[in-house]
Amino acid sequence: MYIQMEHIYKTFDGFRASCDVSFGVEKGQLAALLGPSGSGKTTILRMIAGLDMPDSGDIAINGIRVNDIPGSKRGIGFVFQNYALFRYMTVADNIAFGLEVQRKSKKEIKSRVEELLELVSMKELGKRYPHQLSGGQRQRVAFARALAPNPQLLLLDEPFAAIDAKVRRELRTWLKEMINRVGITSIFVTHDQEEAMEVADTIIITNQGRIEQIGTPNEICRHPQTDFVKDFIDIARYEALFENYNC
Amino acid sequence: MAKKVQRTYQQDIVGDGISSIQKVREPHRERSGKGIKYVLIGVCTLFLSVMLLLPLTVVVTNALRDGWEAYREAVFDEYTIKALQLTLLAAVTAVAVNTIFGLFASYLLSKYYFRGRRILAALIDIPFSISPVIAGLVFILTFGNVGWMGDFLKSHDIKIVFAVPGVILATIFVTFPFVFRELLPVMNTNGNDEEEAAALMGAGGFTIFRRITLPHIRWALLYGVILCAARALGEFGAVSVISGHLRGKTNTLPLHVEILYNEFNTTAAFAVSSILVVLAVLILIARNIVEWKRDR
Repeated sequence: MYIQMEHIYKTFDGFRASCDVSFGVEKGQLAALLGPSGSGKTTILRMIAGLDMPDSGDIAINGIRVNDIPGSKRGIGFVFQNYALFRYMTVADNIAFGLEVQRKSKKEIKSRVEELLELVSMKELGKRYPHQLSGGQRQRVAFARALAPNPQLLLLDEPFAAIDAKVRRELRTWLKEMINRVGITSIFVTHDQEEAMEVADTIIITNQGRIEQIGTPNEICRHPQTDFVKDFIDIARYEALFENYNC
Repeated sequence: MAKKVQRTYQQDIVGDGISSIQKVREPHRERSGKGIKYVLIGVCTLFLSVMLLLPLTVVVTNALRDGWEAYREAVFDEYTIKALQLTLLAAVTAVAVNTIFGLFASYLLSKYYFRGRRILAALIDIPFSISPVIAGLVFILTFGNVGWMGDFLKSHDIKIVFAVPGVILATIFVTFPFVFRELLPVMNTNGNDEEEAAALMGAGGFTIFRRITLPHIRWALLYGVILCAARALGEFGAVSVISGHLRGKTNTLPLHVEILYNEFNTTAAFAVSSILVVLAVLILIARNIVEWKRDR
C-alpha cells in the first residue's frame, strides 16, 4: 500500500473526529473519502497532509512513517476546498510559488509553469488574477499549483463543492482524466456519492469518525456491509452504471 | 465585491472596527422619508459648523490677527521649533513601536488559540477607555523619584519622568491600540487557508508573512499607522503630566500652545495651534487616500 493509516484516533475539544481509522490506498489509485458532513473525512485528509496531528496511530506514505515529518516534506500536493489561491498573485505566480520556495532556478520555474499551464489548458491566462477567473478555471489553477513541485500524492478537499452543478460533471471527467494522465496517487474528499461512484477507483465510506466500508464502487453497490452504507448509498441509482461491468 | 456594497455604516462601526463610510444602497422610502433625510443633513451640518468649523476659523483668524510677521515670529520661534521636533520624535517613535507591537499582537490573536485571548485583547484596549491623565500619573508612580523603580533608575542615572523618554513612553501608551485594532479584523477575515497552502508548499514563516499576509493587511496597516500618528501628534493629557513642561526640553506642541495661552500670548498660541491644524489636515488627506485605495 502506498498510503497506510493504522488505528488513527483524533478528537477536537471532546468531539471525536476519527476513531480507529485504518485503511490503505495503492499507488496510482484515485480514492474517495465519502461520508456525510461531520463524519471525519476532511480530518483524515488533513492528517495525511500534516495539517492536523493524530492523537494516536500511524500514518505511512510509501512505507515510511510520516507522523513526525512536517507536511511540507511529505511530497504532497493539496487542493483546498475553496482552492485558497493566493489572491494577490497572478495565476503563473500561484503555480510558481512552491517552486520558488524550493529555490529552483528561474529557468526551471518558468518552463515548469508553462508546462502546467498547458496541461490545464490555461496558457493565455497566466497573467490573470484569481478573482478574474471562473470557478472551473480556479480549480484548474489550484490543481496545477498543487502539482507544480512534482508531489507523489495529491489530496483534494471537496474539489467540486465551490462549482455550480452544471459544470461539475464536466470537471469531474476532466479531473479524472488529468489524474490518470499524470499518474499520481490521489485521495479526494466528497459528500456527494454520485461524484465518488463515477470518479473513484476505491471508496472509503466514513460515518461518525469511523470507517464503514472500503471497496470499489461496484463492491459497495453490490455488497453494502453495514446498515449505514445500505441507507446512505442510493443503490438503485447506480445499478445501471454497473450493468456493463457484468459481475 | 457585492458583499462590500451591502455593508452598512452601522456594521462598520459595530462589526469589525473599520470606521469608514462604505457605499450604502438607500432603501426605497416614502416621500416623508426624504424629508427626514434633509432634516438630518441640516442637523449634522449645523452641529459640525458650531463644533468644528467655527473653532477652526477662530484658530486661523486669531493666528493671523497681528499680521504675517507676528505669525511667522511665533511659528519660527526657537521654542516652537523645539516643541515641533519633540512632537515629531514622539509621534514617529510611537508609530514605529506600535506598528511592530500591533502586528505581533494581531497576528497572535487571529492565528493562535490559547487561554486568555479575550483578556489580552481587552487589556490592549485599556488606553481607549482610561483617561490619559491617569496614564501619565501611572508612569510617574512607576518611574518617578518616589516610584517603584525610582531608586534603580536614579542609581543608574536614567531619567524618564520630566524628560524626553517619559514623553515618548506616554505617547506610546496612549496610542498603542490603534494599529492593533485596525489589523485584527482583516487578519481574522482573511482566514488561514492561503497561509496553510503556502506552509504546505514549504514556505517559512517570514515568506508567508511577506508574500501572503502582508498584501492582505497593507491598507489596514497604513490606516492604523495614520490614526496612530494623528493621536500621537495631538496627545496632551498623559504627556502634560509626565513632561514637567520644561520649555525647549520636554515641551511638545500641544503643551507649548497651553503655555503660550496661559501667558496671555494669544496670537502665538493660535499660531502654534495652526501648525497642529496643518498636520491634522495632512493626515486627513492621507487617511482619505488610503480609504479610497483600500475600498477600490
